Amino acid sequence: MPVTDYKPKIVAFCCNWCSYAGADLAGNNRLNYPAEVKIIRVPCSCRVNPMFILRAFQRGADGVILCGCHPGDCHYTSGNYYTRRRMALLFSMLDYLGIERERTRVEWVSAAEGAKFAATMSDFVETVAALGENKRLEDLRCKA
Amino acid sequence: MQRIGVFVCWCGTNIAGTVDVHAVAEALKLEPGVVFSTDYQYMCSQAGQQIISDAITEHKLTGIVVCSCSPRMHEATFRKTAEKAGLNPYMVEIANIREQCSWVHKEMPIGTEKAIMLAKAAVAKVSLNAPLIPGESPVTKRALVIGGGIAGIQTALDIADAGFPVDLVETKPTIGGKMAQLDKTFPTLDCAACILTPKMVDVAQHENIRIFSYSEVVEVGGFVGNFNVKIKKKARYVREELCTGCGLCTEKCPQKKVANEFNLGMDNRRAIYIPFAQAVPKVATIDAAHCTMLKSGKCGVCSKVCTAGAIDYKQQDEYIEETYGAIVAATGFNPIDMGAFDEYAYSKSPDVITSLEFERLTNAAGPTGGKLLRPSDGKHPQKIVFVQCVGSRCSEAGKGKEYCSKICCMYTAKHAMLTRDKYPDTDVYVFYIDVRTPGKNFDEFYRRAVEEYGVHYIKGMVGKIEPVGDKLKVQASDLLDNRQLKIDADLVVLAAAIEPDKSARSLATMLTASMDTNDFFTEAHPKLRPVESPTAGVFLSGTCQGPKDIPETVSQAGAAAAKVIGLLAKDRLTCNPCIAESDEMMCNGCSSCERVCPYGAIGYIDKEFRMPDRTVKIRRVAKVNAAVCQGCGCCTVTCPSGAMDLKGFANKQIMAEVDALCL
Repeated sequence: MPVTDYKPKIVAFCCNWCSYAGADLAGNNRLNYPAEVKIIRVPCSCRVNPMFILRAFQRGADGVILCGCHPGDCHYTSGNYYTRRRMALLFSMLDYLGIERERTRVEWVSAAEGAKFAATMSDFVETVAALGENKRLEDLRCKA
Repeated sequence: MQRIGVFVCWCGTNIAGTVDVHAVAEALKLEPGVVFSTDYQYMCSQAGQQIISDAITEHKLTGIVVCSCSPRMHEATFRKTAEKAGLNPYMVEIANIREQCSWVHKEMPIGTEKAIMLAKAAVAKVSLNAPLIPGESPVTKRALVIGGGIAGIQTALDIADAGFPVDLVETKPTIGGKMAQLDKTFPTLDCAACILTPKMVDVAQHENIRIFSYSEVVEVGGFVGNFNVKIKKKARYVREELCTGCGLCTEKCPQKKVANEFNLGMDNRRAIYIPFAQAVPKVATIDAAHCTMLKSGKCGVCSKVCTAGAIDYKQQDEYIEETYGAIVAATGFNPIDMGAFDEYAYSKSPDVITSLEFERLTNAAGPTGGKLLRPSDGKHPQKIVFVQCVGSRCSEAGKGKEYCSKICCMYTAKHAMLTRDKYPDTDVYVFYIDVRTPGKNFDEFYRRAVEEYGVHYIKGMVGKIEPVGDKLKVQASDLLDNRQLKIDADLVVLAAAIEPDKSARSLATMLTASMDTNDFFTEAHPKLRPVESPTAGVFLSGTCQGPKDIPETVSQAGAAAAKVIGLLAKDRLTCNPCIAESDEMMCNGCSSCERVCPYGAIGYIDKEFRMPDRTVKIRRVAKVNAAVCQGCGCCTVTCPSGAMDLKGFANKQIMAEVDALCL
């Protein structure tokens, strides 16, 4: 496949209170970011089970980004702290498996940060696109 | 098998401009489970909702997907539509193809492709939805208002007038806030005290209002309808119920050199003090940091002179615990610290003052008795320079604020006008970037300052102020005439930007209410829900939400009160049914979920299980309290046996979305 045609598959988990609202704000302000980003709404970033991220990779996602409220601002007081710890663990496991570190990311995006959301997504898509397809974790058995 | 209907909204051209809505509706017809799919110009309109409700009946739909704007906008609308048509409202999913698709992508093929994928993910999710029935919780018919400025006062009065009890908590010894410190108010120039103090008295005398002055909120638990709040009543060493406010102690106290914060340190007060004559409650307070008796045990003058016997040196902080149905944040603002603005010589010369200090200088109850005198030598200033936007609209990181403080243009015009009115021999210069006067009678007011009162308005910023002798050398640029100006001023007044009170952040954390990057409270919707916080049961009043003048603050305070009244008028509230639920057969009672729950919503019960061999075994299993669980889902990830799941955002549902998006 020629490099120019390659469109990475990106899944973005966004918490309902900050990041999803931040994504909506990016929309309200008409801030463009690549269409490869598909958002899944979760109540809190701490709802994201590491299994979801692994599943996305198995299904052939090239990058997964998880966005939550800034530390200290979680709508549920402390959810994003759990997210931060869990993802640190997951990321070290992904390192061990040889998955490029840049394919996963945790970002804090508040409801007021539409511009940050758009910029983060653009940057993430660019980074993942540069890495190319995620061959290592993709599991054809999961694609039925 | 679910029977799913898909409804694609054009949103006029908002969606249809970038997404081929018809193609989306057609593509979705091929999805498993979809039995009906259509598009319409405005799904949220009456006609659009009719299409949905007709389709539900006609095609016996068990679930619907609406491809439209953000669920934050219209999820509730479509849930109601479904409910009216006899479908469980939680069988509705929204595919956000406006904010997160058509508005952020420019090209039709790309937008359409993404919209189809988002819709497919929503279909995949809704196929696994289960009907949910919301629980109910009772409402405590009492409100808490935090902050006793004009915002808090107005909110408390309005709620109390509707017949609900209100507790008003204020950290200072008196209510009144910033407005009590002001001299006159724009654009009518009536005196702040004359309009505020009667309201303060109303609060004190209202049978439904309790004032907790010199107190602060230290703990907030619970949820909408049932907040459990702990209030710390700081020891004021004076028994409030006995003190008559005669003020004798404040005259006899030998400790005379305490900076008076009410006059912003421009004069001194005693260690025992009443902030100002009209304070409410009019009760003396001992400043423990400066009282000789409390520090060394020697003095006791106030106790000797107090005929009411109200002084109590052994008073301790008192904690009050109370339940509230609603909480209103009205924590207000402060002018920013001038430390970062050394070019204006604020720290070098006492004759460089902030606008709030100017307010005290011209106030008849202020340190100079209302005479405009220089703080350094007590002389009448002949030339006054006002500098606007000090720290407002400042892009320099860490120095000022990016936003416009909104009130400075108007109060500066007021100060300039009042000065020229009282002392016509004074030269008054105002340096501005823009003059912003959008408000009823505001521009007329500003024009009067320029045209009738002869205030010199100069477009340009002041670069530097240097104290030389008893003058302040002001260097500035006049942008309209394109020249440099040098003015020898006697007094410089800085219109300092305003920022939210420092207590707001810790309060927001306690309330789990969100804040923006400037520490202003975030409203639930910037246009349509401006007085509600996204956290249910928490409301916003006054400048804690954003810069405002007094009329705006009062109207917002009234609006917040109306929302609180609406909430307290209900006997029961419907709870969010999207909460965690434990599968008792899988739960092994390990307590992991209990430890991570931020609300303490998870408890344990001993449950009997009948085993295959007909014996009975008792096991400890997790049980979620439906009224307390807020549905964050933290426990679902923590649970090692996978017993905990979140209704409405179940593991299988999110997995299905992931699967649909990664095809």
